[in-house]
Amino acid sequence: MEVKTVGSVGEIYRISGPLVVAEGLKAKMYDVCKVGEEGLMGEVVSIRGDKVLIQVYEDTSGVRPGEKVVNTGMPLSVELGPGMLGTIYDGVQRPLPALKEVSGDFIGRGIEAPGLDRKKKWAFKPTVKKGDKVKGGEIIGVVKETELISEHRILVPPNVSGTITEIYEGDFTVEDTIAVLDNGVELKLYHKWPVRIPRPYVEKLPPEIPLITGQRILDTFFPVAKGGTAAIPGPFGSGKTVTQHQLAKWADAQIIVYIGCGERGNEMTEVLEEFPELKDPRTGRPLMERTVLIANTSNMPVAAREASVYTGITIAEYFRDMGYDVAIQADSTSRWAEAMREISGRLEEMPGEEGYPAYLASRLAEFYERAGRVKTLSGHIGSVTVVGAVSPPGGDFSEPVTQNTLRIVKVFWALDAKLAARRHFPAINWLQSYSLYAEILRPWFEKNVAPDWGELRNWAMEVLQEEANLQEIVQLVGSDALPDAQRILLEIARMIREVFLIQYAYDPVDTYCPLEKQYDMLKGIKMINDWMFKALEMGKPVEEIINVPGKEKFARAKFEENYKPVMEEALAEIRKNLIGE
Amino acid sequence: MGKEYKTITDIAGPLVFLEKTEPVAYGELVTITLPDGTTRRGQVLDTAKDFVVVQVFEGTRGLDKSCSVRFTGDVVKLNCSKDMLGRILSGSGEPIDGGPKIVPEERREIVGAAINPYARQYPREFIQTGISAIDGMNTLVRGQKLPIFSGSGLPHNDIALQIARQAKVRGTEEEFAIVFAAMGITYEEAHQFMKEFERTGALERAVVFLNLASDPAIERLITPRMALTAAEFLAYEYDYHILVILTDMTNYCEALREISAAREEVPGRRGYPGYMYTDLATIYERAGRIRGRKGTITQMPILTMPGDDITHPIPDLTGYITEGQIVLSRELHAKGIYPPIDVLPSLSRLMKEGIGKGMTREDHKEWNDQMYAAYAEGVDLRGLVAIVGEEALSERDRRYLKFADEFERRFVNQGKYEDRDIEYTLDLGWELLSILPEEELTKIRREYIEKYHPKYRKKAEGEAGKAEAAA
Repeated sequence: MEVKTVGSVGEIYRISGPLVVAEGLKAKMYDVCKVGEEGLMGEVVSIRGDKVLIQVYEDTSGVRPGEKVVNTGMPLSVELGPGMLGTIYDGVQRPLPALKEVSGDFIGRGIEAPGLDRKKKWAFKPTVKKGDKVKGGEIIGVVKETELISEHRILVPPNVSGTITEIYEGDFTVEDTIAVLDNGVELKLYHKWPVRIPRPYVEKLPPEIPLITGQRILDTFFPVAKGGTAAIPGPFGSGKTVTQHQLAKWADAQIIVYIGCGERGNEMTEVLEEFPELKDPRTGRPLMERTVLIANTSNMPVAAREASVYTGITIAEYFRDMGYDVAIQADSTSRWAEAMREISGRLEEMPGEEGYPAYLASRLAEFYERAGRVKTLSGHIGSVTVVGAVSPPGGDFSEPVTQNTLRIVKVFWALDAKLAARRHFPAINWLQSYSLYAEILRPWFEKNVAPDWGELRNWAMEVLQEEANLQEIVQLVGSDALPDAQRILLEIARMIREVFLIQYAYDPVDTYCPLEKQYDMLKGIKMINDWMFKALEMGKPVEEIINVPGKEKFARAKFEENYKPVMEEALAEIRKNLIGE
Repeated sequence: MGKEYKTITDIAGPLVFLEKTEPVAYGELVTITLPDGTTRRGQVLDTAKDFVVVQVFEGTRGLDKSCSVRFTGDVVKLNCSKDMLGRILSGSGEPIDGGPKIVPEERREIVGAAINPYARQYPREFIQTGISAIDGMNTLVRGQKLPIFSGSGLPHNDIALQIARQAKVRGTEEEFAIVFAAMGITYEEAHQFMKEFERTGALERAVVFLNLASDPAIERLITPRMALTAAEFLAYEYDYHILVILTDMTNYCEALREISAAREEVPGRRGYPGYMYTDLATIYERAGRIRGRKGTITQMPILTMPGDDITHPIPDLTGYITEGQIVLSRELHAKGIYPPIDVLPSLSRLMKEGIGKGMTREDHKEWNDQMYAAYAEGVDLRGLVAIVGEEALSERDRRYLKFADEFERRFVNQGKYEDRDIEYTLDLGWELLSILPEEELTKIRREYIEKYHPKYRKKAEGEAGKAEAAA
C-alpha cells in the first residue's frame, strides 16, 4: 500500500455543502484551513481516521475534490487592538467595508481582510518604563481610540511576561514594535487570541451593580447586573430586536458589542445608519464610537454564523480586561444554535432533542459563563454582561434552545405576542419574566436612587399580580360588578401598565428614562393610589374617583424632558380632585 | 464540455448516485441523457473522489442505470436579458410561451451572493397599494420583504394581483416591473394570474416563471432563485423597481423536505430539514436596496399555512426572516370581508421609517397606534359579550364594539378594484375613531386631533364655508 505523506497541505476528498472532507492533512481540532484553489476559510471540526472534516465559512459551489487544503496550524483567532470601535465585521472579523472595497456590493469568496487597519497610526503613550517587570494582561500604555473611549489600554498578551528592555512613545501602526522584553518578545499594539478559549482573569466578583438601561420595565422590575446574563425569548414580531437595539443604545456600559447572528440584513443596516446619528446621553458623542458590530446575516454562510458569537465575546472580554464594563447583545442565539444543528447534521452526529446536537446545552452554558464581573490580570475591575435573544419556533418556550438558556441565565425577559398585537411595547410580560438579581441589586438602588425603591417595586408587582387574578372575574361578570376597592385597584394597575410599563422606543424623550424619573413616575402612581383609597373612605363615588381629571396630564409627563413641573402640576390637580387638599 | 459517464449505481427519489468520476465541482450543473434521447437537468449535491450525488430537477421517472450523465463544468445559470420582460418561462428558466429563445446579455449564477450589509440602504419609500389594511395599518416600503400568510381557499391571489396592479410610489412616474414565480400552483391559479396580467397590460413589464403542480417538485427548488436572479438583473442593471411575487412558498418547502428525506438527513421540526431557515433566508434576503443603485427589489412571498397554523415551521421560519407579515383570516373571509386581512397578527417592521410627514401624513404613526389599540380592545370585548351579553356592557365598551365592527366592515373591507389613496385611508380611520369618546384617544397628540378629527374638521369646514358665504 502506498504510504501517504501527511503534512500541512492536503487534498479535498469530499464536499457536501459547507462541510469539506480533506485527506493527507495534518491537523489539530479547530485549526483554521484554507480550502481549495480560492482559499476559502474553514475550521477543523472533526478528525476521523486519515480524514479531516472542515466546516467552511464561505459558499463551496464550484470547489472540486482533489483541490488542495492548506492548514495554517492556528485556531480561529481575532486581532485585538485599537481600531475595532465603530467597525462592522462579519462573523470571522473581516471588516465589511473592506470586503465591499474588494468585491463590491455582494460578498465574494476567498477574500482576506485583516480585522485591524494595517496603515492607520495610533499615538501610543507608555505607562511603564524600561526595566519594569510586566506580566500577562498588564497595561503597558494607552492610545486614544475614539473621543468616547479616550483610553484604549494596550495589554501584554495574557500568555507573555518579562522585563521591558525597550519601550517607545510615538505614532505606530498596529504591526510596529512598541516594546521589547528581555526574553526577546516584541510587543505590538495588538495581539491575537483564539476565539473559543475564554481570556483569563484573576477572580470573578459578585454582581452587585445594575446595568442601567433606561428602560422602565427592565431597570425597575427585572434588572440585570453588570456581568450578569439575560435572555429575551419571544415569537417573531414581539420586539426582540427593538429591545436589543434599545439596550445597545442606552445601557450604561462603556463598550457595546452587538452580534447580528443570522438575522435580517436590513436590521443591521438600520443600526449602521442610526448609531452614528445617536448621541450618548452621558457624553453627547456618537454611540458608534463605543460600539463594535458583528453582522452575519441569515443568508451569509452558516459556519461563520456559528463562529460569530465567539468572535463577539472574545472582543468583549478584551475590553473587559482593560477594566471596562462591556455589554454584549447576541441577536439571536437561536440562529447560532441552528447553525450548530446544521453543521452537526452534516457531520452525521447522533442528534439530541429536535435534531439539535447533544452538546447544545454545554455550548450555551460555556458561552454564557464567559459573562461576569471580574478582577482582571491588570488589577482593574471590568465586566461582560451578556444579553441573548432567543427566537423559539412558534413562540413555544418549551423548545430546547429556550429551555437550555433559561437553565443558565439569571434574567428572563419574556416577550409576549399578545401584548405586541395590542401595541403594548416593550411587550415584556410582567407576570412571566423574572430577575434573580432583583434582591441582590436592591441595596444599590436604595442607596443610589431612593430608600423605598424595593418596597415600591414590590407594591407595583403585587398590584399587577392582583389585577391578573381579578381579570378572570372581570371576563365573567364585567368590571362594573366588582367591589369599589377592586375597581380602584384595576384602575391603578391600568396606570402602571399604560403609563409606566409602556415606553415608546421611537419617542425622542421616552426612549431613555433615567432612574430618578422611573422612580418619580412609579411613586406618583402610588400616591394617586393612596389618594383614591382615601377618597373612597371619604365617601366619594367610585366612578368619580377612577375617572378623576388630571390623569391624562400625568400620563403625558413621560414625554417631557423636564417632566417634574408637569408631573407635579398633574399630581396636585389629581390630589385636589380626589381629597380636596 | 465535460465527459460522459455511465456509472450510475443508485437512483432514489430525486437523487442519482454515480461512482468513479473525474473531480466534479460542488453545485455543478449536470445533464442526464435517457436511452430515448431526452435530457434532464440536475445539480451536484455532494461530491467526493469516488462518488457523486446528483439531484435531478425534472424528476427521475424513467431513469435507469444505463443513462449517461454529463457534467457541464458550470453551475446553474440563468440567461439574463432585458428581453425577459413580457416572457413566460418554465420553472427552470426555459421559454414556454412559444416565443424565441432568450439571447443572453449575461449568464448569471442563480445562487446570488449575499448583499454586504454595509452596502445596503435602509428601505424608506412608501409604496401605496391602495389597500387600507396594508397602507394604513401595515405599510409596505420599497425593498421590503412582506409575505402574505394565507390558508387554503383564501383569496391571497386576488390580493397579490391587486397589489401588483395598484402599487405605486407617489410622486414618481417610475413603474414597477413584476417578476412572478409560481411554484406548484394549479393551472387554474396560474391561468388567473396570466389572464389578469394580459388584461391589464402588466405582462409587458413582467417576467413569469411557471412551475405548475404537475411539474416536477424538485424544479421548485430553483424556480425562486431563477426569479430573483432575473429580478436582480433588471433592478441592478436596468434600474427597474421590481416587485417579486413568489407563490406558493409552502410548495417550495415541501420540495426541500422531499430532497432532505431522500438524502436521509437528520430531520428538524416536522420532518423539515434543519437548514430550512438558512435556505429560506438565501431567498428572502435577496430583497432590498443598495446604496448608489437606483433599482430596488421588493418581495411579496405568498404561503398557505398548513391547517391555518401560524406556528407551523414554514410560516414560523418565514416570519423570522421577513420584515413582517400580512395575515389572512378565515373568520373575516367567512364574514364576506375582502381582503380578509387580520391586522392584529399582521406587522410591517419597516413602516416606521416610511410613514409620517413628507411620506404619508404627519398623524399616521399615532393614528396607527390608536387604531390598533382600539381594534384590539373591541375584539377583546367580543369575547366578553359572548358571555354576558351586550346589555351588560358600559357605554364606553359598546362604542369599542361598534368601532371593531365598523373597522372590519368599512375600513378593511373594500373592492377588488378599489384603489384608495393614503389620505382616504387615514380620513376613513379618523371617521371610525370618532365613534369612540374623544378622551379615549390617548395615543394621539391634541394638535392632530384638532386637525383631523371629523368633529373639529366639520367645524373648521363649516366656518370656512361661512366665511366664504360672507365674502
